[in-house]
Amino acid sequence: MVKAEAVHKSFGRLEVLRGIDLEVYPKEVMCVIGPSGSGKSTFLRCINHLEKIDAGRLSVDGELVGYRQRGNKLYELPDREICQKRSEIGMVFQRFNLFPHMTALENIAEAPMRVKKVSRSTAEAQARSLLDRVGLADKVKAYPNQLSGGQQQRVAIARALAMQPKLMLFDEPTSALDPELVGEVLDVMRALAHELGMTMVVVTHEMGFAREVGDSLVFMDAGVIVEAGKPRELLSNPQQERTKLFLSKVL
Amino acid sequence: MTEIAAGPPLPGSQAGRRPEAIKAIPVRHPWRWVSTVVVLAIVAEAVYTLVTAPYMNWDAVGKYLFGPLILQGIVVTLELTALAMVIGVALGIVLAVMRLSPNPVVSWVSWFYIWFFRGTPVLVQIFFWFNLASILPHIGLGIPGGPLLWRASTNDLISPFMAATLGLGLNEAAYMAEIVRAGMISVEHGQTEAAQALGMTRLQLMRRIVLPQAMRVIIPPTGNETISMLKTSSLAFIATVPELFTRQQQISNANFDVIELAIVASIWYLVMTSILTVGQYYVERYFARGAQRELPLTPLQRFRRMLITFHAPPPFPVEAHLNPPSEHC
Repeated sequence: MVKAEAVHKSFGRLEVLRGIDLEVYPKEVMCVIGPSGSGKSTFLRCINHLEKIDAGRLSVDGELVGYRQRGNKLYELPDREICQKRSEIGMVFQRFNLFPHMTALENIAEAPMRVKKVSRSTAEAQARSLLDRVGLADKVKAYPNQLSGGQQQRVAIARALAMQPKLMLFDEPTSALDPELVGEVLDVMRALAHELGMTMVVVTHEMGFAREVGDSLVFMDAGVIVEAGKPRELLSNPQQERTKLFLSKVL
Repeated sequence: MTEIAAGPPLPGSQAGRRPEAIKAIPVRHPWRWVSTVVVLAIVAEAVYTLVTAPYMNWDAVGKYLFGPLILQGIVVTLELTALAMVIGVALGIVLAVMRLSPNPVVSWVSWFYIWFFRGTPVLVQIFFWFNLASILPHIGLGIPGGPLLWRASTNDLISPFMAATLGLGLNEAAYMAEIVRAGMISVEHGQTEAAQALGMTRLQLMRRIVLPQAMRVIIPPTGNETISMLKTSSLAFIATVPELFTRQQQISNANFDVIELAIVASIWYLVMTSILTVGQYYVERYFARGAQRELPLTPLQRFRRMLITFHAPPPFPVEAHLNPPSEHC
């Protein structure tokens, strides 16, 4: 589903990604861990072209992100096609980023109506059933600031699901939450993996979630993948010194 | 020690009773009283001087306050203000979006427009449009080097009213563009990213996500601009537009009651700006949706609440007054 080969990315002089190679298979849940500044969020944002990569190749579903290849020349995609590709990838942010001037229902129904040109009634019916799925059927008319952090993040997940994405990206979805609200968001994500078989890339600090739900685990540091493998093995028996040091601090 | 008899125990209070509300002697502010007296004295003196001015013709103020020419002038002033603001806001939004466009040509065009129209006096701009016919008697539309598709006399096309509207509106657009741009920049970047991640195009996310949120920042200065425009519209006198100030001048040129008519016009300008201020309050309240958990009260609601609190019992328990703690052993 996602294939990265030697992906590089710099912000000015700062090299954030220094050669990332990985592959995410359909229906796989890949968790990415690592210290802050290791480049894991940047890599996630490259997958839906919120950031442009400088070197290497990155493809989703067999198609290059942001480019089209003809012969051995690369052509930049026009904005319209980039938007179309993004609409097939759902993203959930650390700070939720719900639209504060819209109700929960409007937040979810907006993109299907504008981007997919679905009728209002269809979009709203779908939004209601999604809110029901994340356990917020009674919050249809609530504005984001009337919801707790956990509820907001669940609405944000429903908003991303409304576009019927083939891939979901989670950027530290529980890092901005009070500890007691983390569980409800992880429950929704767990259901997403088990019931819908969604392909997911999750940047997280929740080792329990990674161990239980993740099919694979990647440890990143300083812009490179230090170690990758099955979550249980990697967490219980890390091979690299850097991984051991990191895990000793967070576990 | 005996316990002081109090009402039934308050629910939730562990001791079964709540301590008496604090009663302290408030700090005295003698200087507030002194300053009040001084300010009142100065105001009274000024009003007295004006009212009893030897040549002041108060009857003229009363007579012209609702005079037909003045009332007609008010209508023209309001039309001019409304039209100029519509042009200013609409064009201002377009210019702001252009200014933030990734297309450099579009962005520069906007920059140049703002530079030019903000850098020249609005009076000169009105004057320019009013006198355009003197250098350009006809305006036409056609293919350069090809046939002329449409042609009209400049004087027919740009009436005095049109000249003033164009001058005021195009000038306002430059200021509104900067206000709208500031509003759009104030919207958190995460909002743009979330909209992009959902696949929205730049125009979709501007119109549906960024602009509605920017409104909260844009509205207060736009209210200011409208109030300012109401007064600036008096510059239309240079284009002989019969608005309030032009009417005031025409009348006082005939009867020499200059100050009296200036007072008439001032009263009307004040009335109109006061109404706009109230309107602005309600528009701001509307765009606060989702930003505050509870909307601020409207002045009417606040007035009602004030009446209620005047009649309601004081917030501290009344028994405390009736049963002072005098039952010491």
